[in-house]
Amino acid sequence: MGKYLLRRLAINVILVALAASLAYMLAATTMNPRGAYEGRQPPVAEAVIDATLDEYNLNDKTPVLVRYGTWAKGVVTGDFGRTWNGGSVNNEMGRRIMVSLRLLLIGTLVGFAVGVALGAISAVKQYKLTDRFIGVSSFVIMAVPVFVLATLLAIATYNLNRGLGFSLIEYTGEYNPRLSGFDQFLNRLNHLILPTISLSLGLIAFYSRIQRNMMLDVLNQDFVRTAMAKGLRRRTALTKHALRTALIPAATYFAFAFGTMFTGATFTEKIFAWHGMGAWLVDSINQNDVNSVAAVTFFTAVCVLFAAFLSDLLVAALDPRVRVS
Amino acid sequence: MRSKVVLRRLLRNKQARYGSIALIVLVALAYLGPFVGPYDWTDKDFLAFLSPPGGDHWWGTTTIGQDMYAVTLRGMQKSILIGLLVALISTGLAAIVGAFAGYFGGWVDKTLMWGVDLLLVLPSFLIIAIISPRLREGASWLWFVALLAAFSWMITSRVVRSMTLSLREREYVQAAVYMGIPRWKIIFRHIVPNLSSLLIIDATLNVSGAIIGEAALSFFGFGIQPPDVSLGTLIAEGSRNATGYPWLFAFPAGLLVLLVLSVNMIGDGLRDALDPGSNS
Repeated sequence: MGKYLLRRLAINVILVALAASLAYMLAATTMNPRGAYEGRQPPVAEAVIDATLDEYNLNDKTPVLVRYGTWAKGVVTGDFGRTWNGGSVNNEMGRRIMVSLRLLLIGTLVGFAVGVALGAISAVKQYKLTDRFIGVSSFVIMAVPVFVLATLLAIATYNLNRGLGFSLIEYTGEYNPRLSGFDQFLNRLNHLILPTISLSLGLIAFYSRIQRNMMLDVLNQDFVRTAMAKGLRRRTALTKHALRTALIPAATYFAFAFGTMFTGATFTEKIFAWHGMGAWLVDSINQNDVNSVAAVTFFTAVCVLFAAFLSDLLVAALDPRVRVS
Repeated sequence: MRSKVVLRRLLRNKQARYGSIALIVLVALAYLGPFVGPYDWTDKDFLAFLSPPGGDHWWGTTTIGQDMYAVTLRGMQKSILIGLLVALISTGLAAIVGAFAGYFGGWVDKTLMWGVDLLLVLPSFLIIAIISPRLREGASWLWFVALLAAFSWMITSRVVRSMTLSLREREYVQAAVYMGIPRWKIIFRHIVPNLSSLLIIDATLNVSGAIIGEAALSFFGFGIQPPDVSLGTLIAEGSRNATGYPWLFAFPAGLLVLLVLSVNMIGDGLRDALDPGSNS
């Protein structure tokens, strides 16, 4: 087991290095950080621009391989370089990860737990009113993309707040910097409401659908009938035998969703003006920020591979056959 | 014979029936609607900027005087095409790669799954975002379809693989092996059909997923490039001033939701029809 894990780790390190390098090369050869300095009024001397870009390792006059070498040396020692205007990518990333984590951990967990529960209930009560209601709602929600949903939520809140005459639910930003102490905490929670709804609604619908389908496949199988025949209560048979088996595909999806959640919430973050990792991906592409693009990619790759590992662990925990072999 | 049974079940299924009717209506609207409307999608009415829906411009006009009815239908045509093509390519790829990896095991499995891992860690959003705005020639949207499909099959192929691992041990597969049927034939005749309920659900989710994915990338300007339009580019434009000029947002967003909804309904109906254990 130890040897297997080590080999797997080595492969993952190579994959991350590959992905980050590819992103760096793609960004470094196609993006133009010089543009941000050239268009300025009053004009900046070319020598000054060159010196600045050299300092940030962004100068397109340096061969791309030399720049890549400098960047890679920095990354190996844990330094992701500078943003297009000289800030530290490391600091920016640390701040943004915390912002995203706060927003996404709740949303993802709520989405998975509620989704699986609703899906299982729906399968057990197939074609009954509960099933129809859950099915229809999840259909409708799944058909609404997150940017439409978020825009609708924002419009509704805007109208609600205007109708009430005060801000009941906040719909932009992370917090109000003028408050402090406990008020600040409440305010942060208030800012979390809308993004969390917009994030978890889609997940709930998605997981309940997957879970319902898998659960239905399992419910008709012999071992569930055996479990009931040997005298287990219906509830025990359903949760311990049927749900556990039917959870495997959903768990695989969940582990991946967990890994991609940092950049997956791009729309929610952009629309509700949270400055997290997802928003950074779009911002850095639009700002021609080569080092940030590479850093986001590096981070995403690490998350995805960690998720793949997590999904294997989850499947092994849920499926005895995998553990034995 | 089996297809006849499936078709009969499908026709009896309410969801599938309403879904198909809705989809047919929407497709007809997208492809026949432009002949009925008074304006072409390239026309610009310089006397009516941002006018609300009314007798002349049925669904209102945009900031540069385009007729929303014509532009939205044009965008819907593109979205439908993109959704179908991407789903076909990506589900097919997922089934083949996943089944081969799971059935053959060994080095085939390792290589294929390594490829899947590599594609998963490659920054798909970044690659599409950087490449697609640079493809401005005539058939650039086909490249966009290829890019979308190339980055959307991996997770399903992992699920297919893990299900193939257990299907491989079933008696009918073993029987086929002892009858000397070649392994690739076993995969297409015994493994893939037994995954059909998963694959069909995946394909429908992929049609709607691709339509949404296209709209999502276009939302940031990384998808379909102007002057071409899709539902995504229209929604992106509309959402910017959705409180002031709701018709810019409501029509493309509403049609997108209806389109995805009807496709999903058909998928679910198909599942009930295809699953022999279903008791409807």
